[in-house]
Order: sequence, then structure tokens, then C-alpha cells
Amino acid sequence: MDNQQIEKVVIIGSGPAGLAASIYSARGSLNPLVIAGRGAGGQLMLTTDVDDFPGFPEGIQGPELMEKMRKQAERFDTRFINEDVVSVNFKDTPFEIQTETMKIKAQSVIIATGASARWLEIPSEQKLRGHGVSACAVCDGFFFKNKNVIVVGGGDTALREAQHLSKICSKVTVVHRKDSFRAQAALVNLLKSKENVVFLMNKEIDEVLGEDKVTGVRLNDTKTSEKSEMSIDGVFIAIGHKPNTEFLKGHLDLDEHNYIVVKNEIYSSVDGVFIAGDVADYIYRQAATAAGSGVKAALTIENYLEHKK
Amino acid sequence: MYMADKTFTDQNFAADVLESKMPVIVDFWASWCGPCKIVSPIIEELAKEYEGKVVIGKLNTEEHTQIAGELGVMSIPTVMFFKNGKRINQLIGAQGKDSYKKAIDEVLTK
Repeated sequence: MDNQQIEKVVIIGSGPAGLAASIYSARGSLNPLVIAGRGAGGQLMLTTDVDDFPGFPEGIQGPELMEKMRKQAERFDTRFINEDVVSVNFKDTPFEIQTETMKIKAQSVIIATGASARWLEIPSEQKLRGHGVSACAVCDGFFFKNKNVIVVGGGDTALREAQHLSKICSKVTVVHRKDSFRAQAALVNLLKSKENVVFLMNKEIDEVLGEDKVTGVRLNDTKTSEKSEMSIDGVFIAIGHKPNTEFLKGHLDLDEHNYIVVKNEIYSSVDGVFIAGDVADYIYRQAATAAGSGVKAALTIENYLEHKK
Repeated sequence: MYMADKTFTDQNFAADVLESKMPVIVDFWASWCGPCKIVSPIIEELAKEYEGKVVIGKLNTEEHTQIAGELGVMSIPTVMFFKNGKRINQLIGAQGKDSYKKAIDEVLTK
């Protein structure tokens, strides 16, 4: 389907960055079109308790928070397309965006496609994925009730996963390749207080063991290179994220880890294409910071379109 | 509203999946699983598109734990492909609609 209408602003992504941008663009009378994607809602759809988003004194569940943001965007007549973007053309204006079934033209674009979980990318992990190896404790914890599991990683995500699993599993071992955590101190302390959570520092996964399902792991000591094995029922990988920028290669400047290169947080290498959230942020990666940059991008576009006239 | 996709349960699985004359696609899901919500509408679309050729439906692993356990489901969403009572393929984790279509077309041509 070809849509000949030229949109003022198209927002790609519907996590906190994309939805905050759409709320502001809609209220700024830019009538935004959001290409929400098949993974609508983003990483918070895979999170349970969110205790650090301002305005929710009792905390809120990730999916519920995203539903509220989307409803708020809908209240101001944001339009949504629930498809993925397949390709873009940013060479000339109007820009062109090809989704699964539509070609869309736009005067300006906000890219807020976020990031997804990263894997270790060793063959034994990929072979046993779905057979004891998982990257989503919220999804799969249920299948490990009263079992013995490990969580690999040292950031907020890893410790949140461990927190969730500690309520379901008999024992949770957090395996981290460094000797200290990058995660928030509050999370680390909370987990240290749990009886069924233990920490294995300076260790990394050398191999996931098992034929049809996970039976154990072989660990490598990052200081001494000494190998050891432990039996385990499940392995949850939480070693960070990779930005969702595959469709942008060759169209925008990306850094060596494929994050979008930005100036002043929201400006991409192409005039008229703005950036918001985790797709360019490997430092803060918070719902609130993503929303903040979405707001900045939306307000900047108002000004940008005004001057283009 | 008419729904083309079927609901599979511990009770109807043997008759509706294993003894089905047509190939059957089963989407294992649960309410707390975010990526399952990505797959769910795709499954509904596919059920319409392949109606009459393939039986496509969902099994709630939270309510129907027995079949999921027997089939060794340890991660959701998992989409399994059955033909003549045998599991011949499975896709683990949320994938794009094209991946599911490709896998269904393979089942149909095999």
C-alpha cells in the first residue's frame, strides 16, 4: 500500500522514548504516526517490578506502565502501526520508510527503536536455547519452579532477573565476570539479603553443558583461567543489550557497537532524523531517561519544522 | 467475532493435534510473557491466512502444564509444528511473521 500523504513526523519505536515523543508531538499539533513494531512497548514488556519510575510510589509492573503511556498517547490522537520497519531511505526529503506492508513518507523522523537482550553467542548456548537457556526470567521462570538456576551478568537487568527468580527457584547463583557489580547498590543489597541467592564473582560461562537440556555449566575464572563445572537446571543470560539498528546500517552513522552516533543526545548524522532512548544510549538506559530524550526530540522537531517552512 | 485460531488444552491435545489429519501449529504462551504478546496477533493472522490448510492455535502453559511439560517446553513463546502426530519443527522465542510463514510453507511442501 502506498500512502501519498507526507507525514510531519514519524516515530519508529514504542517504548518510553517513542511514546513520550508521540505525546509531545501530538500535543504540539504534529499529528504523529508511530510505527510501534512487533515488539511494541519495548524492554519494559519483559520487566516485572519497576520501582524507580517517578510517579508510582508503590512501583508498577513494566507492561502496565507501557499500557498507560500508550493510552496517554492515544488520548491525543496518535496513530499507531503495529508493524516492523523493513528499510529506510534518508537520502532525500521527504524521507521514506518501508514497513511490512506500507511505504510512508515523512518530513522528519524520530528513531526510538531501543535495544534487545544480548546473548553470549557460544554454540552450546544457542543449541540449548529454549531447553534451559533463556534471556527472559519473567517469561520462563515458571518452568524452573524449585530448581537450581544461574543468572549471568552484573548489571541492573541481571540482578532484576535474579530477584524475580529468587521468588520461584530454590537457588539462584549470580555469575559475573568482574569482581564488582555495575548494578544499582539498592538492588545488590536487596539480593545479598536473600538466603537463596549466592554470588560467583570473576567467573564467566565457558560452555553450557547438556545434550537435550541444560544439565550444567563449565566456568572459567577470569583471573586465573581455571576451569570448573557445576550442575544446574537453568541458565538465564543477562549480559546487556544490543541496539536495534540493523535496518539503519548505511543510512545513519553508527558506532563500533552499532549504537547510533549522536550529537547533543538527539541529533543524528542526517538533518531531520532525530534519536531518542536506548538506541543511542549505552550508559543510562532508564525508562525515565529514554522518555526524557523522546521529549527533547519532539520539542526540537517542532522548532525544526517551523524553520523549514 | 469469528476466530480462526484454535485453543488447545491438556484435554484436547491428543485428539486435535496428534490425531489431526492436517498439519498443526501450536503457540505455547502465558499471560506474564511479553514476547508472547508479540507472537499472539501474528498467530491469529496466520490462522486466517492458512485456514483450510493448516490448523493453527494456542496453548496456555499456565493453565495446561501437562502437555507443555511432556513436550519439554522451558521457554515461551515456543511455536511447534506437528504433522501426522509428530513434532517436526519448533521456533523458540518471538520471531517475525516471515519466519513463521516460511516454517509453515516448509511443513506444507514436505
